[in-house]
Amino acid sequence: MATYTALIPAIPLLGFLVLALFGPKLSRRAIGNIGVSSIGIVALLTIITGIEFIKSLPGVKSYSVVVWEWINAGNLKANISFSLDALSLVFCFVITFVGFLIHVYSVGFMAKDEGFSRFFAYMNLFVGSMLILVLADNILLMYLGWEGVGLCSYLLIGFWYKVPENGYAARKAFIITRIGDTAMIIGIFILFLSFGTFNIEGIMQQASEKWISGSSIAVLTAALLLGGALGKSAQLPLQTWLPDAMAGPSPVSALIHAATMVTAGVYLIARTHVLFNLAPVVQAAIAIIGALTLLIAGFSALAQHDLKRILAYSTISQIGYMFLALGVGAWSAAVFHFMIHAFFKALLFLAAGVVILVLNEEHDIFRMGGLRKKMPVIFWTFLIGSASLSALPLVTAGFYSKEEILWFSISAEKGGTLLWIAGIIGAFLTALYSFRMIFIAFFGEARTQPSFLPGIRMTIPLIILAALSVFGGFIELPESFGNFHLFSNLVDNTLPETITRETGYSEILFQSLSALIALTGIYLAYVIYLKKPAISESFYNSRLNKFFEKGWAFDRLYDFLFVKPAVWLSEIDKDDIFDWLNIGISRLAILSNRLLSLTQNGKLRWYLLSFTIGIALILTYMILK
Amino acid sequence: MLTVPVEIQILFAGILFLLGLIGLLVRRNMIFMLMSIEVMFNSAGLVFIIAGNHWKQPDGQVMFIFILAVTAVEVAIGLALLLQVYHHYKTLDADSINKLKDYH
Repeated sequence: MATYTALIPAIPLLGFLVLALFGPKLSRRAIGNIGVSSIGIVALLTIITGIEFIKSLPGVKSYSVVVWEWINAGNLKANISFSLDALSLVFCFVITFVGFLIHVYSVGFMAKDEGFSRFFAYMNLFVGSMLILVLADNILLMYLGWEGVGLCSYLLIGFWYKVPENGYAARKAFIITRIGDTAMIIGIFILFLSFGTFNIEGIMQQASEKWISGSSIAVLTAALLLGGALGKSAQLPLQTWLPDAMAGPSPVSALIHAATMVTAGVYLIARTHVLFNLAPVVQAAIAIIGALTLLIAGFSALAQHDLKRILAYSTISQIGYMFLALGVGAWSAAVFHFMIHAFFKALLFLAAGVVILVLNEEHDIFRMGGLRKKMPVIFWTFLIGSASLSALPLVTAGFYSKEEILWFSISAEKGGTLLWIAGIIGAFLTALYSFRMIFIAFFGEARTQPSFLPGIRMTIPLIILAALSVFGGFIELPESFGNFHLFSNLVDNTLPETITRETGYSEILFQSLSALIALTGIYLAYVIYLKKPAISESFYNSRLNKFFEKGWAFDRLYDFLFVKPAVWLSEIDKDDIFDWLNIGISRLAILSNRLLSLTQNGKLRWYLLSFTIGIALILTYMILK
Repeated sequence: MLTVPVEIQILFAGILFLLGLIGLLVRRNMIFMLMSIEVMFNSAGLVFIIAGNHWKQPDGQVMFIFILAVTAVEVAIGLALLLQVYHHYKTLDADSINKLKDYH
């Protein structure tokens, strides 16, 4: 059991090593087999471990295993050690299982790509790093995994590095998340200075004993950790990198920029929830940031033309929901929405990848159309994904997870009416933009003809994910009907239960309201995008639409606030005295090289004469001394 | 027996050395340069003999025999190299054999 825990991150890393060292020499078939099977084995291991873990509940709530001592210098001790509890189990399951499906899909998707082995090496490294992140039992090892996934994200966004824009997008993602990471590492230093340990459990225990709720150090540390989470999870104000990150191949967008890595922030906050409980101000900020982000990203998604950019903004918005849930203390609801979101968003990205691939790199939804009849499998799976995303009542998993968040946003102790209103507007927007994609890209007349049909390796993962996007929700049913809490019972072994307050409203009223909102959104999308497209077309050239399309002009704002001043400062600082010094040294070296190399002219007698003169001078000096 | 003062003897050896050195510097033909080196060797040997005679010690003569052996070897190697050089460049002009230099 404990050994398995250590094996889980080790196997993908082994796969990465094999592919990185021998990749170019192996056949495509062998590369695919290694890349996929390493994740497949881990997925199986995770399921076995999960079953063992659940069997041992509630007696043993976490397992730890120390693999080796990593750092031991004075007080500074950190081990390569892993611990498995309910929270990391859920994350492991999603990472390995969804990761496995995406790997299978990638074998078909990347079949003709020249960087085949490089792709699978990076993907395996990513899965390994992500597993380290969620399994680490000390915060330093977690940071290692955190940086590892950041690196893989950079490498995979810029995977097609011959196009300069892709490299730019990769650098943008790396630099913006780095801002958050810097805040986070400072937070980690403060934790170490205060408690003298990196062990997460130790830190949490000591924090709850030593720190007073609302004290400035608790608020500062929580805010710094939140900074890291905001960067990684693309939340306001560090959200601008995610839409550009879509430059990578579609399986990368599915795995890294939708299902797993971007939810690392959610994991971090859930993992260190004790700190956030001690800093109510910061926790309220999480809820507000989540609510604002989900609205801003929702409006932006509504104005995009590029299929993948719609999904990117939708991801930002859905993670906004998770942050909202974390902010009101609905921990298990956030993790539940993470899992369901991973299913349907991976499905949507993979299906979008197929659409873009068969239409010869056509990203614009307005040049698609009529795909419903051409590609029935893709259409139905995409429809299920969109329905789950827009929380179609009762039948989809997305309804159960989102409805839970919406209910807790008002009924939790830290919730509020405004948060709920933001959430419900967001739900309406979600339904609207999801079905905008469906009605524009899949209905109507065909504007581009598909060049070929996707193979079975691409469609099977879609079908499995579609099934999960529907049935995944039934493991957690609300109290008003079903009252079935398999998921929250599991997660509540690690995370505290959500504290609710008496609102005077019944849950069923709110559920019906959010169901109604989702249905209205879908109906409105049907009217303005399919039945009477003239209504929606009249908006397209409006300034507001352009503003939304540019993601609320955050890029221009940051360009004006940070990039321009930095460039200006470095321009005026280009020729300062330190530059002169360095350039002077190099010029001197070049000059003396020229002079000295004149003496090496190949003339033997010239050398002899120099000897003679030299000896004569030395002798003269010795005699005269 | 007429004795020449030791200073004169040393001076004589020094003149011989200088002649060899001048020959080495002014001649361009490498055979002659090799011969000039021989002259310089011999002047050095002569200084050993003079010193051995002056202090009535056999070491000077021993050293001269050493030098004789070393010069024999040196001449053998030198001539072999010159043969190769001539074979390669068809000339023994030291100034025209100047490939080993820095390019600027």
